[in-house]
Amino acid sequence: MNTKKNMNIIGKRIPKLDAGDRVTGKSIYGTDIELPGMLHGAILRSKFPSAIIESIDVSKARALPGVECVITADDVDITNLSYRKDHPVLKKDEVNCIRDEIAAVAAVSKDVAEKALELIEVNYIEREGIFDPIAALKDDAPRINKFSKKGNGNKNISESFHYEHGDLEAEKKKSACIVSRQYVLPKVAHACMAPSNVTADYSPVDGQLTLHSSTQVPFLYQREMSQVLKMDPSKIRVVQPIIGGGFGSKLDLHPFEPICALLSIKTGKPVQILYSREEEFLYSAIRQSMVIDLTTGADENGKFTFREVKIMKDNGAYTSWGARTSFVMMQTFSSLYQTPACVYDADAVYTNNVFAGSFRGFGNPQATFALERNIDLMAHELGMDRAEIRLLNANFPGEVTGQGLEYHSCGHKQALETVVKNSGYPENKHGERYKRGFGFASMLHVGGGAKIYPSDGCGTTLKMDPYGFLTIITGSSEIGQGSETVLAMMAAEELGIGLDRIKIINTDTSVKPWDVGVHASRTSFVAGNSLLGALEILKEKLSTRAAQLLNTNPDDLVFQAGEIRSGKTGGAFKIDKIVRELHFKPPHELCEVSYFYEPSSEFQDKDYKGNVSGCYAFAAQAVEVEVDTLTGKVNVLNVHVGQDVGKVLNPLGLEGQIEGGVIMGMGYALSEEMIFEDGYLRNPTFHDYKVPTARDIPEISFYPVETNEETGPFGAKGVAEAPLVPTPAAIANAVSNILDVEINSLPVTPEKVLKTICDKERGQG
Amino acid sequence: MKTNLCTISFTVNGQLCERTIPASLLLVDLIRDELKLKGTKPGCLEGECGSCSVLVDGIAVNSCLYLALNVDGKSVTTIEGLSGGEKSLDAVQQSMMDHGAVQCGYCTSGMVMAIKSFQDQCHKENHKPDREEIKKGLEGNICRCTGYVKIIDAVESLF
Repeated sequence: MNTKKNMNIIGKRIPKLDAGDRVTGKSIYGTDIELPGMLHGAILRSKFPSAIIESIDVSKARALPGVECVITADDVDITNLSYRKDHPVLKKDEVNCIRDEIAAVAAVSKDVAEKALELIEVNYIEREGIFDPIAALKDDAPRINKFSKKGNGNKNISESFHYEHGDLEAEKKKSACIVSRQYVLPKVAHACMAPSNVTADYSPVDGQLTLHSSTQVPFLYQREMSQVLKMDPSKIRVVQPIIGGGFGSKLDLHPFEPICALLSIKTGKPVQILYSREEEFLYSAIRQSMVIDLTTGADENGKFTFREVKIMKDNGAYTSWGARTSFVMMQTFSSLYQTPACVYDADAVYTNNVFAGSFRGFGNPQATFALERNIDLMAHELGMDRAEIRLLNANFPGEVTGQGLEYHSCGHKQALETVVKNSGYPENKHGERYKRGFGFASMLHVGGGAKIYPSDGCGTTLKMDPYGFLTIITGSSEIGQGSETVLAMMAAEELGIGLDRIKIINTDTSVKPWDVGVHASRTSFVAGNSLLGALEILKEKLSTRAAQLLNTNPDDLVFQAGEIRSGKTGGAFKIDKIVRELHFKPPHELCEVSYFYEPSSEFQDKDYKGNVSGCYAFAAQAVEVEVDTLTGKVNVLNVHVGQDVGKVLNPLGLEGQIEGGVIMGMGYALSEEMIFEDGYLRNPTFHDYKVPTARDIPEISFYPVETNEETGPFGAKGVAEAPLVPTPAAIANAVSNILDVEINSLPVTPEKVLKTICDKERGQG
Repeated sequence: MKTNLCTISFTVNGQLCERTIPASLLLVDLIRDELKLKGTKPGCLEGECGSCSVLVDGIAVNSCLYLALNVDGKSVTTIEGLSGGEKSLDAVQQSMMDHGAVQCGYCTSGMVMAIKSFQDQCHKENHKPDREEIKKGLEGNICRCTGYVKIIDAVESLF
């Protein structure tokens, strides 16, 4: 950890370095790319969620003037994608969800490409689909995915997780209160403002494939793409344009991406595929829907005893990273609040629904929803205060959880205390029609990356030019979260140079060092530590030369105001002068250094035990909610956020992450739901899929808790996923408490609220 | 199929412009595909998200719902026309930057144009909007990153 006391830049409100390009429309997103001679790609998808394909006839499409290429599965030699390798890029013989890609066209214009799709004749024999995971698990259910590996012994289970710690039976005996409930969570969309896009540019001359891709994980993308296309990975160059929103949706490689590459390879021309908004809703990643059966116990004093969890996830027809959300959910059940015993089982079940993906929080909002609802119910049964039971069981610094997570720093209790105190709890203002009250929830998330890949590291190369300007070439990517700005701030702080002298290069796999990608709230932590490592080497190089010139010891030197200054003599040189001294005189060296940082986290063992992250983030939220008992409308008035961020690096960017997360969580809680009927999506528009707008937002009060994480850059830990994790749980807890009902599913729509009110009245009547 | 073509004359970011276009051409396509002004962003092409907002005679419109032929004789301002050349950043742009109102930035162009139109309207009426009025003024523009707080702050500071 960097222990510097007086900071010049870290902790200041610094606008994003790229904001100027954004507000002037200069930023080039994937949707804006136009290459000379570029063709437009379009994909024919399945008409039915489940069908046998009898024949595909593309001859009329091929004959259409302006069409340069039409491909089906028979025209390409490729492998399946997804980490389970159960997902054919182009489908033949059968289709298993409405996303299924059957053929693709490259043409001189979008209109011609669309017209060509209409000319492709596919003969289907429609089959009855399976849309409920429970039905998929029946013995007589057909095998949905013929590439499945039969997880947990069942033909329709893609992936299973089992975890346990502690003595469940002994803890059950200790329990004065045991609560069992079922929770139902819907599918929701990332709804990134920029629709998905890719532009593939293959050169038949040298066999190089350049992909202008909005991926969040360029190096994993390059690797998977190479496997699918059976190409040498080094022949694939991934160039990231400006990315218009990620939130996890760009973690998986989606079939449209290798399809675009194939169209470019076949034609030898650049090909672009852009999604419309409807396609974005229908065909891009989503948050996985699931049913969680949760039993939890507490002793007579309210101390938690055990958790028993069974989760059934709708995997959809193919496996995505969404199936691995079980891994993160497990942590919440095993380790959020002190937990003596936990037994956890999760299955991802194939259906003929659309497949999922990863979405900010990666299963954690779902897990936290179930757990925090059960905690409220236990408090109620024990006659305890809802805040008190949480404080009693809060995580603490130094705790090593049953799963082996090591909390060197932990601001859970402070976060809880802060939001309870500031929220105005427990005052309830109940009018005749409008009733007001509070709800609480906490969350635990990885704060220092997550070791889910053989390396969770990030590389940095620094280049200081003879004019004293620094180029940071980092493996990490900017997807709007502001990591470039935070990295520049760290470098400016360390080198004592202005932000206007720093630029970041991070968009080209042929240039930048390896990084696992933007996920797990890891970038400031992992890329930050990588940068600090590189800066240390650079400073040592500069100091050594400066010390010779200043006749002093390198330890005596400070970097400030663009100079390297001796603390003793006051003698100083401009930093660029030292760079020139090194370059143009002996030893004739450039000021270029590299460093690779690998977090201290470890791979969990086969029982999923081990310290998976460099550190952990904690948060608590208190929401104040008003329910209109006449219409059932829930109005969130205030959200109080206490979050252990380790150290505030850029308050402006941090607040933006918190506010954006809370509102995304509020959308998940109240209005967002992808409505599927028999495998078809009924609301693929912003009109029918309601994301929050400016008028919907509550007052958000944010109280950062600084625990100065020893392994974090300047003491910081990961931030960005956390703020949406507890929000839905806290809102559902508030509504349930206000109305004295149980809201155990999302979203909490007016219809649902009214129905619960009516059911309660009928029950009492 | 024959396309009905029509010739229109208009100004875009102060420059006089004449184009012969299909009658069905949308303003967003004229701006992005014909004029190559890529700062205007297509978000939904159904008038729900506001990403493609531009000013027509100073009033923000969703350029995806506006036929290009309707700008005949009118003045169009896109995000590129608010600043640049000898013009320094518009107060709206500066305020969005200073308040941290930009994250991924895809909604930003449309958001800036909608705010510009809102600001002009308020100035015309000599009206200082409160926070609720600002929220109402922004409701046609979706942002998925910021949670709107910093955007509202940015607008509030303009008055």
